Amino acid sequence: MSVLEIKNLTYIAGEKRILDGLSLLIGASEIHALLGTNGTGKSTLAYLVMGCEGYRPTSGEIIFKGNVINDLKIHERAGLGITMAWQEPVRFEGISVRDYLTLKTKDADPSLYLEMAGLHPELCLHRMVDKALSGGERKRIELASILALNPKLAILDEPDSGIDMLSTQDIINVITAFKKNGSSVLLITHREEIALMADKASQLCRGKIVCSGSPMEVAQYYKARKCLVCDAEVCVYV
Amino acid sequence: MSDLDALMKALGESGGDKAILANGEIAHLAVSGHKILSMRDVEGLEVEAKEILQGISAKVTVRAGVKIKNPVRLCFGILHKKGTQKIKVDVKLEKDSSAHFIAHCIFPKAEEVKHIMDAVIDIGENAEMKYSETHYHGLYGGIEVIPKAVVKVGKGGRYLADFTLTTGRVGRLNMDYSVEAGENAVTELTARVFGHADDDIKIKEKVVLSGENSKGLIKTRVALEDDAMAEVTGITEGNAAGSRGHVDCMEIVKDRAVAKAIPIVNVTNSLAKVTHEAAIGSVDKRQLETLMAHGLTPEEATDIIVRGVLK
Ligand SMILES: Nc1ncnc2c1ncn2[C@@H]1O[C@H](COP(=O)(O)OP(=O)(O)O)[C@@H](O)[C@H]1O
Ligand SMILES: [Mg+2]
Repeated sequence: MSVLEIKNLTYIAGEKRILDGLSLLIGASEIHALLGTNGTGKSTLAYLVMGCEGYRPTSGEIIFKGNVINDLKIHERAGLGITMAWQEPVRFEGISVRDYLTLKTKDADPSLYLEMAGLHPELCLHRMVDKALSGGERKRIELASILALNPKLAILDEPDSGIDMLSTQDIINVITAFKKNGSSVLLITHREEIALMADKASQLCRGKIVCSGSPMEVAQYYKARKCLVCDAEVCVYV
Repeated sequence: MSDLDALMKALGESGGDKAILANGEIAHLAVSGHKILSMRDVEGLEVEAKEILQGISAKVTVRAGVKIKNPVRLCFGILHKKGTQKIKVDVKLEKDSSAHFIAHCIFPKAEEVKHIMDAVIDIGENAEMKYSETHYHGLYGGIEVIPKAVVKVGKGGRYLADFTLTTGRVGRLNMDYSVEAGENAVTELTARVFGHADDDIKIKEKVVLSGENSKGLIKTRVALEDDAMAEVTGITEGNAAGSRGHVDCMEIVKDRAVAKAIPIVNVTNSLAKVTHEAAIGSVDKRQLETLMAHGLTPEEATDIIVRGVLK
């Protein structure tokens, strides 16, 4: 059974049709890469699946483990095992990295997760999740915190953005850890080497999934700026 | 139970360490109502205190070059439902000295209580004073707290003050701190207050940067719920070359609470620079959503965000 099933999802904001009859399936323990250029609606899809305020389907269904979750609030979806790492994680005053990683699991040892995200626990556990962190540090801490939740479905919105090229391996390690834990991952990314470690990939264009298949195949299309909707011509929307 | 035992019991209940009074290496002053219950000097630090009408008057001197190792403990309280407590203090840190004062102000049963603090603080050349004041109020809100401090920081000196009132009802708070910083002096004023019910909070903090290369920071964190009100005024004057000041005010409001921030920036020297930021509003939506995605309910998430800001 698929963990996440998105059926014919349309989302219109004001006049703008951002998602237009999008359908997508993600299986158990599947890492599913979602490719698409800027502004194609990747983050919007992430917010709709997570249930952020103001993001409710105009039509269509979001189904998690067989149940329609269209109307559930974020924390209710989190309760089912869905979680998300935002593209730009927000900062908090007065919350330490240790506290942040043990919000729900007071006794857990967060060190392991920080290490998996390429951080040294002894150097960062006592720090605050505030403005003093660099962008890359903040993103790694977010990934570690999501990992610590042991989710059934993790939505990672561009986990590699803001992290230097050399550290791509850390992101790959984190994604591998999700897979080992049996989590499914919706992996939004631009980077081919990261997309290639997925089990499946899909390309988003004009609010629809325009091609799905092996990551290699989809990445080829993406790189060639080809789009199946536009008859394999160079897509004006990509 | 003696008055001192009662005060120490209240101190213990509010998270303070009552063993410190017995420690010969820690200077302290404990005052209940207008009675001095206990006090101790340590070498290089002199405390002269006397009882006055409705309160006490104290003179604290830290001798030149002396660095007081252990923080000096001050404990002020009114354990009855009614009463007035005036604390008049004159603090002098002589040249090259340093000391840290930790004050606990305890009013657990206040229904009609007034606590007035009038401090004149003189920090000598290259001296450093840290002052942390934490209040523990009861749940009745019948308290008025009026702390006033006039501080002068000499050349190269430092004054770092912290005021925390996040336990119990605030009641009415009318705070008025004013610091003048000399050449190369540094001052930081931090206030954290959590208002509930019909608490009424007025905070006025002023930093005058009158010496060259002096630095000032005013940081205020206020959270309000129910029908509480707050008005925060942060004034910084940059009057000398190289002086740098910043005002950073954040107020989180819930329910029907009303918050106001008045940053006043005054620069009279073209080589001075003063900046300010003020953020007033409900809990940040992105912060809330992030914590909810981690499995917290909106109420739990709000609580953690507010407590973090007040930490
Ligand atoms: N609430 C909204 N109202 C109107 N337009 C929006 C809204 N949210 C996003 N958009 C637009 O929808 C498009 C998709 O945005 P987004 O999902 O952030 O793209 P991506 O993550 O793929 O870069 C963009 O053109 C963006 O400007
Ligand atoms: Mg995006």
